[in-house]
Amino acid sequence: MKQLVVVSGKGGTGKTSVTAAFASLMSGKVVADCDVDAADMHLLLDPRAVREETFTGGKAARIDPERCIQCGRCRELCRFGAIREDFVVDPIACEGCGVCVWNCPQRAIALEEDRSGRWFVSETRCGPLVHARLGPAQENSGKLVTIVRNEAKKIAEERGLETVLIDGPPGIACPVMASLTGADAALVVIEPTLSGVHDFQRLAQLLGHFKMRGVACINKFDINPELSERLEKEAESSEVPILGRIPFDPAVTRAQVERKTVIEAGDGPANRAIRALCERVQERL
Amino acid sequence: MIVSVASGKGGTGKTSVACALAQSAGRGVCLLDCDVDEPNAAILLHPTIRESVPAAILLPVVDDAKCDGCGACAKVCEYHALTVLGDRPVLFEHLCHSCGGCALACPKGAIREEPKAIGKVHVGDAGGVAFVSGELDVGEVMCPPVIRQVKARAPRGMDLIIDCPPGTACPMVASVEGSDYCVLVTEPTPFGLHDLTLAVDVVRKLGMPFGVVLNLADIGDDEVDAFCAREGIPILARIPFDRALAEAYSRGKTFVEAKPEFRTLFAGILYGIRCQGAA
Repeated sequence: MKQLVVVSGKGGTGKTSVTAAFASLMSGKVVADCDVDAADMHLLLDPRAVREETFTGGKAARIDPERCIQCGRCRELCRFGAIREDFVVDPIACEGCGVCVWNCPQRAIALEEDRSGRWFVSETRCGPLVHARLGPAQENSGKLVTIVRNEAKKIAEERGLETVLIDGPPGIACPVMASLTGADAALVVIEPTLSGVHDFQRLAQLLGHFKMRGVACINKFDINPELSERLEKEAESSEVPILGRIPFDPAVTRAQVERKTVIEAGDGPANRAIRALCERVQERL
Repeated sequence: MIVSVASGKGGTGKTSVACALAQSAGRGVCLLDCDVDEPNAAILLHPTIRESVPAAILLPVVDDAKCDGCGACAKVCEYHALTVLGDRPVLFEHLCHSCGGCALACPKGAIREEPKAIGKVHVGDAGGVAFVSGELDVGEVMCPPVIRQVKARAPRGMDLIIDCPPGTACPMVASVEGSDYCVLVTEPTPFGLHDLTLAVDVVRKLGMPFGVVLNLADIGDDEVDAFCAREGIPILARIPFDRALAEAYSRGKTFVEAKPEFRTLFAGILYGIRCQGAA
């Protein structure tokens, strides 16, 4: 069983569209949507949830006003500015560290579990999907990512599926690291803009840091053909080879509006490019 | 006045909108790039950086001579960043939130906290727009401390435009909180709408006024319009898809540089926000 994670550094480069298209093309896979704080895969795959679980990753402090004598020790020690002047905890600022709990002379403070999200195992026309929804303004998205990824892996093992196809979050920090952990390879979707290249380079460094195999594709390569060409040249000598280029094609947005994958939406330039890319990526895996 | 520019979905044009707002604001404005994972505002604004300082967090350091391995530090750590292995606590740096709880809990006074750089804060100027940006070092995980240090460097007495990271989790909240107004940038697609609804949940929870900029306004469907109408959310601007704009962006040009007439549009948005009483 192989785990392929689709990432980008920069947001909005087409990770989910590419992952969903791969989900249409690959046989024997489970899809994991690890972009838990802005999960979109379910919008295309129309999942039917067969299992739903609550995720209680975060905790927040609560002060018992009966016991609190407003001595101010908690306000003095809290590094997150989470305790308001009226000795009520701001649940958004609170990081649940418990410093106030342990150091309150009146023992007036307790940590309470914050219901911080839900995760689902669903069946879709493209096979099983594990996805999640982080509550608004919640912490611990890395922890929820790990649950989604592990659950998908478990399903692959149970059902003898060859591939875990992971739609990753943008960026390079905590949830990205959690998505990459244990993966066999990363597919980076690059946008040929100066920002896209900058973000790709930081992500490539991160892959190097993890010693993880990376391959890439350029999406909407014809928005800036010179830059795309430069990227491809640079990639020849880099650790992250570019395996495909996808042209700008309004059919991609049209497919999304129709809640289809680019492959399901019918033949076209992006469809053909993604088919070729998927074959090359599978050969590499 | 502090205006943050956010969105649930990535790549909807937050940085373009934030830079255009800053370039249209007239005098006394500072752009804060709080997307410390992938800071891109400098690519559009080409600032001259005057000063780059490390962004550090405090991490516990155990004095082996004083530690008797009692485990009090590991017991209070909610993040399981400290674990006693053998007879000494071991720190898993990436899990530490720098709360200081372990140092307070140690009965032997064996834990002190020392700064560790996890990124940088750059301060400069971009043609009349003051500029502060944060950059998380590759391989580090904690965005909020770097974001807070970017905000701490904001010049006093200036209007602030904050370019926020995508998503709706802690980095987005750390960037948006404290703003007088939040501009949510989205696109008229199912992904754009879904992630907008998540971002709206967050800004409502934070209790701040907000409006929507609809970018690539003609590429998808009408669902974002319908949602905003239903929820009473103002649409501050509609920017149609324009291949020339996309190509200009790809070369590091802002909206205002590509189309100078946009200056009026963005100055108007800021004026409207100011008139709403967000002084």
